[in-house]
Amino acid sequence: MTADILVVVEHLEGAFRTSTRSAITAAHVLSSLAGGEVDALVLGEGVSAVAETVASFGVRRVLHADAPVFARYLAVPYAAAVAQAVRENGYGAVMAPATTFGKDFMPRLSGLLDAPLASDIVGLAIDGGELRVRRPMFAGNVIATVSMSGVPLLFTVRQTAFDAALPSGTRAPVIPFAPVVDAGGTRFIGRTETKSSRPELTDARVVVSGGRGVKAAENFSLVERLADRLGAAVGASRAAVDAGWAPNDWQVGQTGKVVAPELYIALGISGAIQHLAGMKDSKVIVAVNKDPEAPIFQVADYGLVADLFKAVPEIIAELEAIPTR
Amino acid sequence: MKVLVAIKPVPNPDERVKVSADGHSVVLENVKMVVNPFCEIAVEEALRIRDGLGGGEVVVVTVGSPSADPQLRTALAMGADRGILVSAEGPLDGFAVARLLRRVVDDEAPDLVLLGKQAVDDDNNQVGQILAALLGWPQATFVSRIEFVDGGARIRVDRETDAGLETIGLPLPAVVTTDLRLNEPRYASLPGILKARKKEVRVVDAAAAGVDLAPKVRVLAFEAAKGRKGGRIVADAAELVRLLRDEAKVLG
Ligand SMILES: Cc1cc2nc3c(=O)[nH]c(=O)nc-3n(C[C@H](O)[C@H](O)[C@H](O)COP(=O)(O)OP(=O)(O)OC[C@H]3O[C@@H](n4cnc5c(N)ncnc54)[C@H](O)[C@@H]3O)c2cc1C
Ligand SMILES: Nc1ncnc2c1ncn2[C@@H]1O[C@H](COP(=O)(O)O)[C@@H](O)[C@H]1O
Repeated sequence: MTADILVVVEHLEGAFRTSTRSAITAAHVLSSLAGGEVDALVLGEGVSAVAETVASFGVRRVLHADAPVFARYLAVPYAAAVAQAVRENGYGAVMAPATTFGKDFMPRLSGLLDAPLASDIVGLAIDGGELRVRRPMFAGNVIATVSMSGVPLLFTVRQTAFDAALPSGTRAPVIPFAPVVDAGGTRFIGRTETKSSRPELTDARVVVSGGRGVKAAENFSLVERLADRLGAAVGASRAAVDAGWAPNDWQVGQTGKVVAPELYIALGISGAIQHLAGMKDSKVIVAVNKDPEAPIFQVADYGLVADLFKAVPEIIAELEAIPTR
Repeated sequence: MKVLVAIKPVPNPDERVKVSADGHSVVLENVKMVVNPFCEIAVEEALRIRDGLGGGEVVVVTVGSPSADPQLRTALAMGADRGILVSAEGPLDGFAVARLLRRVVDDEAPDLVLLGKQAVDDDNNQVGQILAALLGWPQATFVSRIEFVDGGARIRVDRETDAGLETIGLPLPAVVTTDLRLNEPRYASLPGILKARKKEVRVVDAAAAGVDLAPKVRVLAFEAAKGRKGGRIVADAAELVRLLRDEAKVLG
C-alpha cells in the first residue's frame, strides 16, 4: 500500500480539537510502515484558521472545503464529502479520531465506500508484509489483532494510544476543495455545551473524577475544588452522570471518554470494569473510597480508605501547604 | 409507526472474559449471554414509541447463530411483537451484519430502525451507521432523547457528544443508535415471558440474502490486556500528598 493517507480534522465550529493530532501521528505511523503521504481535510464554514493550524503539523497539504453545508457538523454531508475526496484523490487510507465525531461519520463512510473500518485502534504493525491493526475489545480487557481487506482502509484512532503530533516548523499548502453534497433533510438545531475554563478531559495532565459516592449534585463542587487546586479536568462515573450530577461529556469509561493522564484521582468510584476501561492506562491512579474491598484499589497506585467528605478537604489543605514554585 | 430493532447477544458485561491459551478465541463457557445493554435500551424505546403513539409494531431482529433465540425471547417478553433471526455461520464483521440487516429493512419497510450505539463485546460502534449508508437514510447516533415532530414525519433527537448534548432534526425513515440516558429498560414480567414463548420468530437463512458476507475486518488473534497491579494503601491525606509529590512526582 503506497497510496496516500487522509486525516479528517475534528473541530467544533472553528475550535480545533487536539484529538486530530493523535490521528495525524497514527497516519504518520501508517505512512512509515506502508508508504504514502499524509494529507488533512478540513470541512467547515469560515474556519480557515483551523486549516492553518493543521498545516503546521507536518502534513503534505490541507484540503479545505468552505461551505454553508459544513457550518455545523452533520454526519450525512461529512461522510459524503470525505467519500468524494477519496474518489478524487485515490486515498488508500482515511483516519479520524475515535471521538463522537469520528465514530459518527466514519462507519457511514465505510458504508458509502464499501470499505473496511477498524474502530478505536491502539496500534499498527507490519507482519509478513501484511498490515496488522490492534484494537481493544470487551471493555479493554482483550486486545485483538485484526487484518483488513478492501480499499481504502478506514481507521478511528484512540487518542491515548498515539502521541499528539507536534508542529513541524513548516507550513503545508492549503488547497480549496469543493465537494457537491447536501444534508438530505438533516438539520442542526442546537447544543447545550458544558462551558468550562478547565482543560479538556482527554488532554488534561490530571483528572479528578467523582462517582456515586459523591451522593448529590451539589457535592460535586468538592470534586471540582480539588480539580481546580490541581489544574485538573473533572470526570465522572456513569452512575454520577445517570443521576444528573455531572454532564454526559464527563463520563469516563468503556462507553464514555478514554483518558490516560499523568494522575487520575477517583473519588467515591467503585471501579467497575466499564469505568476501568476508560482510565486504567493513566500513569498514576489514586482512589479514595470508604470501602476497603472496592475493586478500584486493585488498580490504584495509592489508595486511601476514607470518607471522601472528610478526606478531600484534607487533601486540598495538604496541597495548599506545598510551597508553589 | 413500525420500528425495527436490531439486537445482539453479548457475554454478561460484568464478567471478565478470558482469552484461550492459543489466543484464537475468547472463552465464553460459563459466561451468561444477555441482550447487549444498548440494544435493551433500543427495545425499550421502540415499545414506548409504539405505546405512546397508540399503535404500530415493534419487530426485533438478530443476525448470527440460532443460539440467540433466548435473547430474542427476552425482547419479546419485554413486549416486542415478533422476531426475526437471520441465521449465519462463522464470524461476521459489522459490515456483513449491516448488509443482512439492510435486506430485512427492505422486506419490512420500517419507519425507524433502532440499534445500540455499540455492542459491548466487540466495542465496534459501526453497524447502525453502515446500515444507514447502505440504505441511503439519515442517521442519528448516541441518542438520549427522541421526539416526533411534523406529524410524525420527522424526529428531533438529543445526541450525547464529547462536547455536550446536541440536538438535530431528521426526516423518517431514519437509523438511530441509542445511548445510556435514553431510558431505563423495563424487566420482562412473568406474563410477558409466558406470552413471548408463543410469539412468532421467523428464521431466515443468511445465505438466501445473496449478499457478500466475507469479513472486511478479520480478527486474527486475541490477547489479554496488560493488567495493573494495585499499589499501596496510604494512612491519610498527608501521606498521600507527600507520596504524590516525592515518590510519584506528579504534583506541579
Ligand atoms: C452498557 C454499560 C456501559 C457502561 N459504561 C460505563 C462507563 O463508560 N463509565 C462508567 O463509569 N460506568 C459505566 N457503566 C456502569 C458501571 O458498570 C458501574 O455501574 C458504574 O461505573 C458505577 O459507578 P460508581 O463507581 O460511581 O458507583 P458504585 O459502583 O455505586 O460505587 C460507589 C462507590 O462509592 C463509595 N462511597 C460511597 N460513599 C462514599 C464516601 N462517603 N466516601 C468514599 N467513598 C464512598 C462506595 O464504597 C462505592 O465503592 C456501564 C454499564 C453498562 C451496563
Ligand atoms: N449480529 C447482530 N445482530 C443484530 N444486530 C446487531 C448485530 N451486531 C450488531 N448489531 C447492532 O448494532 C449495534 C452496534 O454494534 P457494533 O457496531 O457491533 O458495536 C448493536 O447494539 C446492535 O443493535
